[in-house]
Amino acid sequence: MFWMRTINLGIKSLLLHPLRSMLTVLGILIGVASVIWLLAISEGISNEAQRQIESLGAATIMIRSVKPPSEKLNAQGVTPYGLTRAEFDMLQSTIPSIQSAIPIREIRRQFQYGDRQVDGRLVGCTPEYAEVTKLVVLQGHFISDAENFKRQTSCVLAARVADRLFPYEDPIGKRVYIPEHTDYYTVVGVLKHRNASAAIGGSLDSQDFSNDIYIPIKTLQQRIGDTVTRRVGGSFEGEILQLNQITVRVNDIKEVERTAALIEDSLKSHNDMEDVAVVVPLELLKQAQITRRIFQLLGAVIAGISLVVGGIGIMNIMLATVTERTREIGVRRALGAKQKHIILQFLVEAAVLGVVGGVTGIIAGVLCTPVITFMKELIATSRPDIMATLPEEMRNVTPQIVPMSIPISFFISLLVGVVFGIFPAIRAAKMNPIDALRHE
Amino acid sequence: MNACSIRELKKEYVLKSETVRALRGVSFDVPEGDYVAIMGPSGSGKSTLLNLLGCLDKPSSGQLLLGADNVAQMTDNQLADIRSRRIGFVFQSYNLIQQLTVVENIQVPLYYQGKLGSAERKRCIDLAMRVGLGDRLDHRPNQLSGGQQQRVAIARSLVNDPYFILADEATGNLDSKTTAEILALFDQLNDEGRTIIMVTHEDEVAERAKRIVRLRDGLLQSDIKNNQAQRQAAAARALQLIPSDEPSTSEPVEA
Repeated sequence: MFWMRTINLGIKSLLLHPLRSMLTVLGILIGVASVIWLLAISEGISNEAQRQIESLGAATIMIRSVKPPSEKLNAQGVTPYGLTRAEFDMLQSTIPSIQSAIPIREIRRQFQYGDRQVDGRLVGCTPEYAEVTKLVVLQGHFISDAENFKRQTSCVLAARVADRLFPYEDPIGKRVYIPEHTDYYTVVGVLKHRNASAAIGGSLDSQDFSNDIYIPIKTLQQRIGDTVTRRVGGSFEGEILQLNQITVRVNDIKEVERTAALIEDSLKSHNDMEDVAVVVPLELLKQAQITRRIFQLLGAVIAGISLVVGGIGIMNIMLATVTERTREIGVRRALGAKQKHIILQFLVEAAVLGVVGGVTGIIAGVLCTPVITFMKELIATSRPDIMATLPEEMRNVTPQIVPMSIPISFFISLLVGVVFGIFPAIRAAKMNPIDALRHE
Repeated sequence: MNACSIRELKKEYVLKSETVRALRGVSFDVPEGDYVAIMGPSGSGKSTLLNLLGCLDKPSSGQLLLGADNVAQMTDNQLADIRSRRIGFVFQSYNLIQQLTVVENIQVPLYYQGKLGSAERKRCIDLAMRVGLGDRLDHRPNQLSGGQQQRVAIARSLVNDPYFILADEATGNLDSKTTAEILALFDQLNDEGRTIIMVTHEDEVAERAKRIVRLRDGLLQSDIKNNQAQRQAAAARALQLIPSDEPSTSEPVEA
């Protein structure tokens, strides 16, 4: 009863100056909400990164061809670069911890069927590719070993390509035309839709699998070859490249780092050109975890700063209140309040400010996910140009509220109220009742 | 039994290097049921005496008995306890707490005793009705006139059944009509046996008391019983100011 009365009195006293109290609460609210938001967004980003990395497989290693810096290329003509088939064979036969390896060649091309056309990626690969990149076949089958071996002109369509080229027809058995090579490929399979993968910390580009057409790598090698030309703004740009990527599966997760080192050693000859990069998802995974820790630490620091600022706001307002209500303090003392009663009264007021800020801050914090989803949709529909300039992480992030952040922020805001309220409260209690009574 | 009894009460302050002797040895008794007016020019020590009687301050020496409590040597917390249990303050500027209603204001001394039951609330409501504010129980001080606020303060001073009501210029902020009403209320309370000690500098107010104690330069100058005829005449004069039926309806005073 006494406590209920005291809290009730605190709330009534704060309501004497509603605007002032609200602004003070706002200080704590922003602090608490920003902590929850920050943690939720960083959790969302790192979850996404982790999911991506895990989908690549912790026991895989990716070796990618990278376009060398322009000063390393001959001014005249086209310089071959990147991974070769010979290196692929060499890696596969010399490193025993490699369980399997997939050669991949990717070329940007236009695909046509009838009068429909789609720009997309022509990917030459082996049957294992579907399994490693988690592609699911919806209809028909993925390219087979036999098709690869026989260099058949069969192809598998990703979901969106299939939708665009064959909106009203069954694509299986139809022939897709590639005008650059005046060549036809017969559709043997259609894939289920797969979400685009986000870029991971600069080591791996984001991949949008939805515009791909997959053909056997040997077919690609035979019919298209290594030299590919592309028309860029009126002139031709050439590229001589045997393989874009080799994806290696290691037989034991403990061997991943040693195998990666061996691969780098085997590909030393590329050091000059800087045209090969080895990506180890396991390392990325560790990196992502470190990144998450950094985010959390950053969150704690920002939380600390904003809550101290909010606390100073509380202290400021409580000092003003104590001065303003000197007479009330004198009256209360005259009517029998002990020092502890006065301390309690003002401490409760400060704590109420803190708790109200904390609770509203938690509400504002929990709104993080819907608000961000709404904002993303709003920007995507009203200003797609802005959306396109945003980094992949921001476009794909779904904030994930960290459950512990809610009780923790509640108690911290209560604590902030009490800690920053104690000095003004003691000051109020130490007043001489006689002087306080005469205070105008 | 005496509501209060003081012997050779002295109070000295040290202001900078100077010692101010505010009370230099004052002795008198206030029997239960008495109505004492304390008068004196400024600097006479009447404020100091008021603070000592109200247990807001401690004497430098001398004896100060409130009922059976010897308060001269009490600690700060003990004094606060006495204030909440045995003293009823009425101030010049009413000193109600703005954020509380009439009933809650009356309850404040009980709150500090930790008494918050429904019986106590009932008692506060009864007291509010006793001072004529039965229809304003849930009003805030800023919704009341000065006279009404002072009535709340008087009800508050009665809530802990005090040794005495200590009124400090209780009518100083009121117009003459409202003053008359408040003084009539004091008369009634005194008739019911309440002890009243009133500090004032107005002769008309002092005339209504049973006894006038005058202080000068920290010493008791005179202690005179008011004769009964004089009191009644003063009361009758004041009574003419009060309209026959309705209570005061003067404008609310800005808080």
